[in-house]
Amino acid sequence: MALTTAANAKKALSPPRRAPRRTGIDRMDRKRQRWGWLFVAPFGVVFLTFLVAPLAYAFWMSLQTNTLATGTTFTGLANYVKAFSDPIFLGGLGRVGQFALIMIPAQMIVALVAALVLDNLSTALSKFSRLMIFVPYAIPVVIGALMWGFLYSPRFGPATDIFGLIGLAAPDFLAKGSIFASLVNIVTWQWAGYYMIIIYAALRGIDPAIYEAARLDGANGRQIALRVKVPMISSSMVMVLIFSLIGTLQFFTEPQVLRAVAQGAIPVSYTPNMYAYSLAFSYSQFNYASAISFSLGIVVFIGSYLFLFVTRKQSGLK
Amino acid sequence: MKTKLLATIGVIAVAAAALTGCSAGTAAKTEASCTNKIVNKTAPQVTVWAWYPAFEEVVDLFNKTHEDVQVCWTNAGQGNDEYTKFSTAIESKSGAPDVVMLESEVLSSFTIRKALVDLTEFGANDVKANYTEGSWKDASSGDSVYAIPVDGGPMGMLYRKDLFDKYSIPVPTTWAEFETAAQTLKTAGSDGVLVNFPTNGRAFNQALFAQAGSVPFVYDSTSPTDVGIAVNDQGSKDVLNYWNGLVQKGLVTTDDAFTADYNTSLVDGTYAVYLAAAWGPGYLQGLSDADADAVWRVAPLPQWDAANPVQVNWGGSTFAVTSQATDKKLAAEVAIGIFGTDEAWKIGVEKGALFPSYTPMLDSDYFTNLEYPFFGGQQINKEVFLNAAAGYTGATFSPFQNYAYDQLTEELYSMVQGEQDGSKALDDLQASLVKYATEQGFTVAK
Repeated sequence: MALTTAANAKKALSPPRRAPRRTGIDRMDRKRQRWGWLFVAPFGVVFLTFLVAPLAYAFWMSLQTNTLATGTTFTGLANYVKAFSDPIFLGGLGRVGQFALIMIPAQMIVALVAALVLDNLSTALSKFSRLMIFVPYAIPVVIGALMWGFLYSPRFGPATDIFGLIGLAAPDFLAKGSIFASLVNIVTWQWAGYYMIIIYAALRGIDPAIYEAARLDGANGRQIALRVKVPMISSSMVMVLIFSLIGTLQFFTEPQVLRAVAQGAIPVSYTPNMYAYSLAFSYSQFNYASAISFSLGIVVFIGSYLFLFVTRKQSGLK
Repeated sequence: MKTKLLATIGVIAVAAAALTGCSAGTAAKTEASCTNKIVNKTAPQVTVWAWYPAFEEVVDLFNKTHEDVQVCWTNAGQGNDEYTKFSTAIESKSGAPDVVMLESEVLSSFTIRKALVDLTEFGANDVKANYTEGSWKDASSGDSVYAIPVDGGPMGMLYRKDLFDKYSIPVPTTWAEFETAAQTLKTAGSDGVLVNFPTNGRAFNQALFAQAGSVPFVYDSTSPTDVGIAVNDQGSKDVLNYWNGLVQKGLVTTDDAFTADYNTSLVDGTYAVYLAAAWGPGYLQGLSDADADAVWRVAPLPQWDAANPVQVNWGGSTFAVTSQATDKKLAAEVAIGIFGTDEAWKIGVEKGALFPSYTPMLDSDYFTNLEYPFFGGQQINKEVFLNAAAGYTGATFSPFQNYAYDQLTEELYSMVQGEQDGSKALDDLQASLVKYATEQGFTVAK
């Protein structure tokens, strides 16, 4: 209320009356703002110290070049030119692009189907199922990946026994040809439950009267699900897509952990983030690693922006 | 009103300062982080990172026998885990320990970043006579000594005598006999294989090449921008093609080393042979799920030419003083002294199964005649490792060894997948290392 008055007043002010009115408003504003800033301050301090400052420092580092033999020199954007013509970085981008194409639809479909099914059930079993589908998300990513590392292991995993029952040799989940699918499986297992909860919450927000109307119009269950429910939760779906897109482009933890048991199939530069990590911490090229990180950031930013632009109708951001 | 607000802001500022100050405090060296007990609380402390087995007893011994200095020990991870932390500490210019355990193969990677102190001015050369020639060469560059050697890794062949007897396989002395043995085992229908050839063997793979005369790198910290790279010599190619042959014939497996699967396979009889360094027995004894009937023995590493045996080394570590050490003289005293006594080495040998570079222990009758219960009382030092160690004259590693090993792993993996032969793998490796070194500003001699 006070805010709108202030804003309207500012617009409506005529020059002669300006001075006295303004001080009054400003004093009120300032007092309010002061308290506002105070409430934001604890977050602001942490935000500046642990996010903005390191980012600024990393950016400054990315403008310099340090080689083992010759020391550090300021080279401006040369590292970025190198990054965007570095076949390893571009190859990594291509790989996470492939992951995005496979992994995001896989997670979305599992999450959507689970949410639609759970939305239709109202038994005790549905609550239990909802919890069970969500549980993988509650497991820390590193532990989840370690656990899958053991499940995939030909010695400790169950695959050898299961395939042995029907007289077949178990596939090697950690071989070069299958590591991609193995990683997709881990990520889908871990994140589908989380996305399911988001979609489920959106479904719960729909007025049931709409379903009744659809049913009166002769729609069957499948039609209600696909023609009514899905369009009505499209903004949540877009949000889930954005989450998984950003997560996939920054793919790091699962391949890094699994690398411990599959060093050949997952090279150090498997994804752009892993490449940046090994550059910095294994090869002590902190400057180029900063440039790679920022380049990845740029790609993620452009990717997400384009995506939001394309889906502006569905997301309601228009 | 105003003062109250200012006061609140002041409190927040103080709290924020305390918060950041606190995090800075943990990064600095604090006594509280020692794994061991400090005996003389008033003496200055030297922080040490190391991952030796049974090292706590060695530290306790040192602290009990020294009044002027105390060791504060932390296990900051094994091998690469520790190097990553150390490397980050160098970059951030704080947080490194005073003394750090480093394998000799990574020393030049750290000297080139000026992270290590030349120990000659702190009396390193006074103890030179106490160390083997090869290990001293590994720890020095030109006239400078960047570390004090601790243990070495002369290689031998650990084998399962029970399995060899079961399939009546004679103990191979050459690589040709080794292949025959692998074939015999397979033909006999064994579930296991003779040996595993890990593509992530890193220093292990390099040691196999060295046996055929490979000198992969030439580097000297007195001219730090020059490096020689020759990883694709004919000897190495022959070695690699030999192994690739075994792999493609299905005579050996190619499991990654140092994983849980690999560890179990080592001790449950899946691999009948463990091509190991002298620290290998210590590694084996620390593994669980061992086959209860296992009978282990040690034989010399197979040779290419039985008439002219070549001995090689895998691993071996040192203590170096970091340039962040507060009192470098004191730190050097610790680096020299901690494994510089017979008592310390008795613990190292008996509890840690280390192979000393320290000659008073190495040459002692005690060590020579030591019988190892794990090997059914075999005198493994006298029979195998002392001879292997005597033949080792040192090696030179590149200042970007981690990169070189990662690339080697990629090339070897591609080879065992059948995508390329050993010669192409090493040619590609050579090309990528030369390119990398040039990018890093080195003048490369091929």
